[in-house]
Amino acid sequence: MTDELSELYQQVILDHSRKPRHFHVLPEANRKAEGNNPLCGDRYTVFLQLEEGVIRDISFQGSGCAISKASASMMADELKGKTVAAARDYFSQYQNMVTTGKMDEEAMGKLCAFAGVHHFPMRVKCAILPWHAMLAGLDGQTSVSTDTH
Amino acid sequence: MTHHLPDWSALREDFPILRQKVHGHPLVYLDNAATSQKPRVVLEALDRFYRHDNSNVHRGIHELSRRATVAFEAARERAAVFLHAREPAEIIFTRGTTEGINLVAHAWGGKNIRSGDTILLTEMEHHSNIVPWQLLAERTGAKLAYVPITGNDGLLELGGLDNLLDNTVKLFAFTHVSNTLGTVNPVADLCARARRRGIVTLVDAAQSAGHRPVDVQEIGCDFLAFSGHKVCGPTGIGVLYGRRELLEGMPPFQGGGDMISSVDYFHSTWKEPPHKFEAGTPDFAAAIGLGVALDYLAAIGCDHIARHDAELAARAMDQLSSLPGLRLFGPRTGHAGVVSFLLQDIHAHDVVTVADQRGVALRGGHHCNQPLMKKLGVESTARASFYFYNTAAEVDVLCETLREIQKFFGA
Ligand SMILES: Cc1ncc(COP(=O)(O)O)c(C=O)c1O
Repeated sequence: MTDELSELYQQVILDHSRKPRHFHVLPEANRKAEGNNPLCGDRYTVFLQLEEGVIRDISFQGSGCAISKASASMMADELKGKTVAAARDYFSQYQNMVTTGKMDEEAMGKLCAFAGVHHFPMRVKCAILPWHAMLAGLDGQTSVSTDTH
Repeated sequence: MTHHLPDWSALREDFPILRQKVHGHPLVYLDNAATSQKPRVVLEALDRFYRHDNSNVHRGIHELSRRATVAFEAARERAAVFLHAREPAEIIFTRGTTEGINLVAHAWGGKNIRSGDTILLTEMEHHSNIVPWQLLAERTGAKLAYVPITGNDGLLELGGLDNLLDNTVKLFAFTHVSNTLGTVNPVADLCARARRRGIVTLVDAAQSAGHRPVDVQEIGCDFLAFSGHKVCGPTGIGVLYGRRELLEGMPPFQGGGDMISSVDYFHSTWKEPPHKFEAGTPDFAAAIGLGVALDYLAAIGCDHIARHDAELAARAMDQLSSLPGLRLFGPRTGHAGVVSFLLQDIHAHDVVTVADQRGVALRGGHHCNQPLMKKLGVESTARASFYFYNTAAEVDVLCETLREIQKFFGA
């Protein structure tokens, strides 16, 4: 397989896609938003339990490709316990990384595994879909579609 | 019926685009259900037209306008011959299948569909043969009903059809070939059953035209639509066949230039079909290119193409079923050149991404068949779709690639 493919499907991504973490409904959630990619049918619901500006807990449900599922799983890992402001910051850094490939290892940590997505412009949406759902949840919306650029 | 067996490898040479490498591998283009590639004769015809004859049609008296008009109307005649229409006036140029169906939904449906009427579709329709009818149903208060498909082999469940075709049904619209399942529907039988009850029929021939013989008189349909880009023609052009009696009774679809007989400030009168349904400057260059494509296909013989498609599909299904954990969709036999599948635990999008790195162009997704996906219990499938320029060796590359993909994902 090509280097770019191995960069896209890193072990950690394959691992999270096969055994996603935080993959359940969150009964305590006070925010919930669905992200939907009408192009491929990927669909995730992100559950957020917000308390005083902090993401107390986060989980997700849904289905999609390896990239989107791993992205949701690792996003939840990373954001649990972070402030809402930090989560927004993560979103823009992450978005920048998957579109340009430029990574700030200190800021992104394990999420750097997704930098390889930028070689595959058609897959950037997969990597960002759960993040859009998370952001919609923070904003108090209930759904978001990645159809519009 | 054409008599000589085509020389498939010589025909493949007619397609310059196929001779390229993608990500370092020879291109294996297996996304023909989405769009077909174009032979040199079509590319050259477009080039020649724009270089020598380009001018608006039906407008000018000058020489170029005459040439363009003659070529455009000749393309209409070619389309009529291709579909075995009784006359060129039954051929309306559209932007594609989608516009053809919308034209019927507006012009015919607006006049003939009332509250309480039923529009009968099937569970395997493309969005373009569902949504226009939903919009019509919303405008008129009509209802939609669906002929179900059998679970595993993706055939229409025809046992209950005569009950479904009750006296509220005014239109029965269905696809000839499913773009996801590869099912070939018995369109002549469906039309005959509808006609006995005075029900108007529309056939979506997007996946059948250019892939098998399509004879509107033999099928016995009232309307039939297909897209030029799927039959070796240019994008932006398609054909709607309509039976003359029906076309004559229909109001226009869009208003504008070219479709009128006379206009004053408060009232206008229309031309006769087909021009009544072709408002504004049509994509006449594309229509001319489509005429050339249809001649090209007719010379090969659509019966031969159907056999070639089916052989490749059978070879693919045979090899794919040897892969562990592979799910095949659609009928086991009598498949058109469309094969949908899923590899266990590997999402279609991941399959398509890795295949692409091997130069193999597949499609992954819902194929504009979201309700069908729901019925099949999946979000998406991966799909390989063949045309006459594809080879058995390419099918083998597909299967080898899928084997590698399984290894790569450790499934
Ligand atoms: C069965 C079927 N119907 C309709 C269409 C719509 O064709 P177009 O997008 O060219 O209008 C397609 C093409 O994807 C199709 O496969």
